[in-house]
Amino acid sequence: MLKEYKTVSSVAGPLMMVQNVDGAKYGHIVDIELGDGSIRHGQILQVEGDNVLVQVFEGTQGVDLDETKIRLLGKPSELSVSPDILGRVFSGVGIPIDNGPAIIPDAKMDVNGNPINPYSRDFPNEFIQTGISTIDGLNPLVRGQKLPIFSGAGLPHDEIAAQLARQATVLGEGEEFAVVFAAMGITFEAAQFFIDDLTKTGAIERSVMFINLANDPAIERIATPRFALTAAEYLAFERGMQVLVILNDMTNYCEALREISAARKEVPGRRGYPGYLYTDLATLYERAGRIKGNRGSITMVPVLTMPEDDKTHPVPDLTGYITEGQIILSRSLDRKSIAPPVDVLPSLSRLKDKGIGEGKTREDHADLYNQLYAAYAKGKESQELATILGEGALSEEDAKYMKFADEFELRYISQGFTENRTIEQTLDLGWELLSVFDDTELKRIDVDLIAKYMPKFRKNNGTSD
Amino acid sequence: MSELGQGKIVKVAGPVVVAQGMSGAKMYDVVRVGEANLIGEIVELNNDMASIQVYEGTVGVGPGEPVINTGAPLSVELGPGLISSIYDGIQRPLDKLYALEGSFIQRGNALPGLDRDKKWPFKATVENGAKVTAGDIIGEVQESSLLLHKIMVPLGVEGTIEGIKDGEYTVDTPIATIKADDGSVSEIKMMQKCPVRSQRASKQRLAPDKAMVTGQRVIDTFFPIGVGGTACVPGPFGTGKTVVQHQLAKWIDADVVVYIGCGERGNEMTDVLTEFPELKDPKSGKPLMERVVLIANTSDMPVAAREASVYTGITIAEYFRDMGYRVALMADSTSRWAEAMREISTRLEEMPAEEGYPAYLGARIASFYERAGRVACLGAPDREGALSIIGAVSPPGGDLSDSVVQATLHVVKVFWSLQSRLAQQRHFPAIDWLTSYSFYKQYLQECFEDKVMAAEMDGMIKEAMSLLEKEADLLEIVRLVGAEAISKADQISLAVAKSIREDYLHQNAFHEVDTYTSLEKQYTMLKVILHLYKKGLEAVEAGIEPADIFKIDAMEAIARAKYIPEAEMSKIADIANQIDSQIAKL
Ligand SMILES: Nc1ncnc2c1ncn2[C@@H]1O[C@H](COP(=O)(O)OP(=O)(O)O)[C@@H](O)[C@H]1O
Ligand SMILES: [Mg+2]
Repeated sequence: MLKEYKTVSSVAGPLMMVQNVDGAKYGHIVDIELGDGSIRHGQILQVEGDNVLVQVFEGTQGVDLDETKIRLLGKPSELSVSPDILGRVFSGVGIPIDNGPAIIPDAKMDVNGNPINPYSRDFPNEFIQTGISTIDGLNPLVRGQKLPIFSGAGLPHDEIAAQLARQATVLGEGEEFAVVFAAMGITFEAAQFFIDDLTKTGAIERSVMFINLANDPAIERIATPRFALTAAEYLAFERGMQVLVILNDMTNYCEALREISAARKEVPGRRGYPGYLYTDLATLYERAGRIKGNRGSITMVPVLTMPEDDKTHPVPDLTGYITEGQIILSRSLDRKSIAPPVDVLPSLSRLKDKGIGEGKTREDHADLYNQLYAAYAKGKESQELATILGEGALSEEDAKYMKFADEFELRYISQGFTENRTIEQTLDLGWELLSVFDDTELKRIDVDLIAKYMPKFRKNNGTSD
Repeated sequence: MSELGQGKIVKVAGPVVVAQGMSGAKMYDVVRVGEANLIGEIVELNNDMASIQVYEGTVGVGPGEPVINTGAPLSVELGPGLISSIYDGIQRPLDKLYALEGSFIQRGNALPGLDRDKKWPFKATVENGAKVTAGDIIGEVQESSLLLHKIMVPLGVEGTIEGIKDGEYTVDTPIATIKADDGSVSEIKMMQKCPVRSQRASKQRLAPDKAMVTGQRVIDTFFPIGVGGTACVPGPFGTGKTVVQHQLAKWIDADVVVYIGCGERGNEMTDVLTEFPELKDPKSGKPLMERVVLIANTSDMPVAAREASVYTGITIAEYFRDMGYRVALMADSTSRWAEAMREISTRLEEMPAEEGYPAYLGARIASFYERAGRVACLGAPDREGALSIIGAVSPPGGDLSDSVVQATLHVVKVFWSLQSRLAQQRHFPAIDWLTSYSFYKQYLQECFEDKVMAAEMDGMIKEAMSLLEKEADLLEIVRLVGAEAISKADQISLAVAKSIREDYLHQNAFHEVDTYTSLEKQYTMLKVILHLYKKGLEAVEAGIEPADIFKIDAMEAIARAKYIPEAEMSKIADIANQIDSQIAKL
């Protein structure tokens, strides 16, 4: 039988010290039974001799030293998996909360996962069409990529995440698609918005939700993405599905981690976050990917809010160091009612070059985005100059680039949260916007491509748009 | 083994385990931990208590479980079979682990670094009866089409060679014996083991005497790295550290490249694994992978093995240096190594210095880079080897006051400063030409076969750099008082500086041709741009409007010069004539 201990010696914050414990193992989970018979869940953070340090997911409120019992479960956290998890809603620690039947498991998987052997990875190179021009045209997403959204309080990251979940498709294929959604400390409304959106399109049947809301126990959030990613690994690598994982909001996750670290009196790193935050985040984010000889894939979109819109804050900073690019939202575009307000210049998809070009999107794609970037960057500078000196003071060239930047924002970036553009539409729109420049100014585009795709030449050639 | 005693775990805190009853243990001994038989290394000793950093995940490990000391320090296996391998931080071959365990890394499997079954064709280069000492080359194995592996007498062995002969052998088959003067006999195999935490011996340190050509224009032209030199690439995320490292791994003028993916992305290692075999060495036309050893301890792999990975890598690199080769080592990223150090130190409850890093951070970084250098190798025949180190640094928030950046700048001789401003403008490589530096500039000349060309290039480099500096000043003036304040001659300077930036320094790593530029092509390109400068100045003096000069077709030809293949280089030189004739028509 499970060993039971009534030897809690101290409680501090989310942590509990238990004495005289025999056979405790690092990282294993425990059940905690309070005096009133209610059960909480914990994980062993450290064992020293027969003293055990336990982190309590539901918090320690109401725990008393005399009555509380601890049972060692002798295993790490596990998720019961089977195809029936699709369409289900779980708590942040993997307990069904939708009144549905218990999951009859095919297997129980350790939620900590194991690192993917780098040798066994298959390079992500299949273009995912999201229907969003700033992503497809300029920062293409590929299957198996991890591409976060850096947002700020009050910016429409939930809408973009929902748009991605709704529109993302791999061109020309009818493979099985699933969405895994992990909510960490977000509001009921934000979670419900997402659920409703998936319900409307019927995608909910192919989704798995792990929900920890703002008023749920904070420490639970440390477990939530691990449960979600375990479900994703099961669906992708055991069942061959194309899985999109949305983790929202990673800032709340990191705060929970900081709380534990502070309670353990660890030497704090930047802004009080623990020194191992990078490693901890990496063990989550690196679970995205593709592996050799397996049809399935995990594509990951972590969402995080940057405190004070600061990209150098540890959470976005360390995320950016691990993920394969970032989509950054801009408050100033949002104010101009440009949606989705993607800040094009600092956004980046590191895997873009692998997923585009002839046979994938179109041969002109790479040159085109380079040119659009360069022109928009120049146009932004002109916009800034105009705000300082006034538009009248701009040189002819600056004025032209400024006009381009304005048009680019209004037509290319701005498309709303429901318009679903094909990649051809996105590319052609890029050419159309560039047509205000002399061909010789388009230094980043191969001359042959200009001759083939520039609208004026296309009409001459009689080719369709 | 019995005298070493078997210890018992008393504490588990993440990657650090404490065991008691470890009498006889030495620092850096490798141990096997717990019932799962995990691999670990002793990093602190206190009476019979040993603190152990464990190279595999410790979930499920608890007090009372056994710890067995192997009595040997953390070592790598050196011999034929290293080239084209991919190892984790403690030299476990990841391809073999994959065959054994599948896609996800399991625990407790200690696979040897070198294949025990593969036979290599060995050719002796000394005769029986020859007197040899440590470091002497006694034979060769053609390991790959690009690498002739030299078999050397291990350290601490000398005497008379006996029983050596050509043949096909596995790495642990005896290929000869060496009989010492005292009559003791050592068996020699192609494989030797070498502890990783200290430098491999050499005869003498030598100063750099040459630059290493990398084919990257901003690096070779302005901030070259010396043979046996050290360089660092700090920058915020997304500024191009990894692309710089990959570009160097591909194109640097080295015989062997050791690439350490230290706590970074898994997909970047896959990228190397899939892309390198397709790339051809610009000189020999052979696949580039045939000179590369990969160490991949990605960010999700155990943090203690990440700490070890740089030592594993550099010891392998030194081994090739000792054969008389030019070796380049890239570590991406040294910050992740430092963070691993910090995490272990925290768990050891050591007193932290700045930013929680241990007080010995600076010393560790310095002694790592000190293992670079050009050396006279140990043993006969006389030969020189070199090891250059290029480390990426990932400062939090891009802040260069970070401890790891500062400790690194203290010791390295080249600083490639990546700026997010440039990266955002998609000016790649985003190496800032004004704040970067190199102490090896004078050695670039040695890389030219043609000495006249070398001297001319030297002058052009100085001229180009002063134009870039002038540009910064002029732009400041424009910002303050407007473009009208600039003289016509200065407008030419501005335009030429822009051309240097956009047409010369800007280099697309992913363009088939642009990815690599030979020194001669660099010379030719720069010469054309500076010719435009000279002719432009003459023209404004003769009363021609700068705006008209900027419209000549040759301007666009300059912009596209980088895409002209090496074989058609005369087309670039020809642009100078176009400049002359087109300006003459104005
Ligand atoms: N020389 C280059 N040519 C073209 N693109 C580059 C170059 N260097 C960097 N980039 C772009 O910048 C992105 C980020 O570069 P990377 O080396 O991964 O940054 P870091 O390692 O500093 O985070 C790359 O994915 C690529 O798109
Ligand atoms: Mg990098």
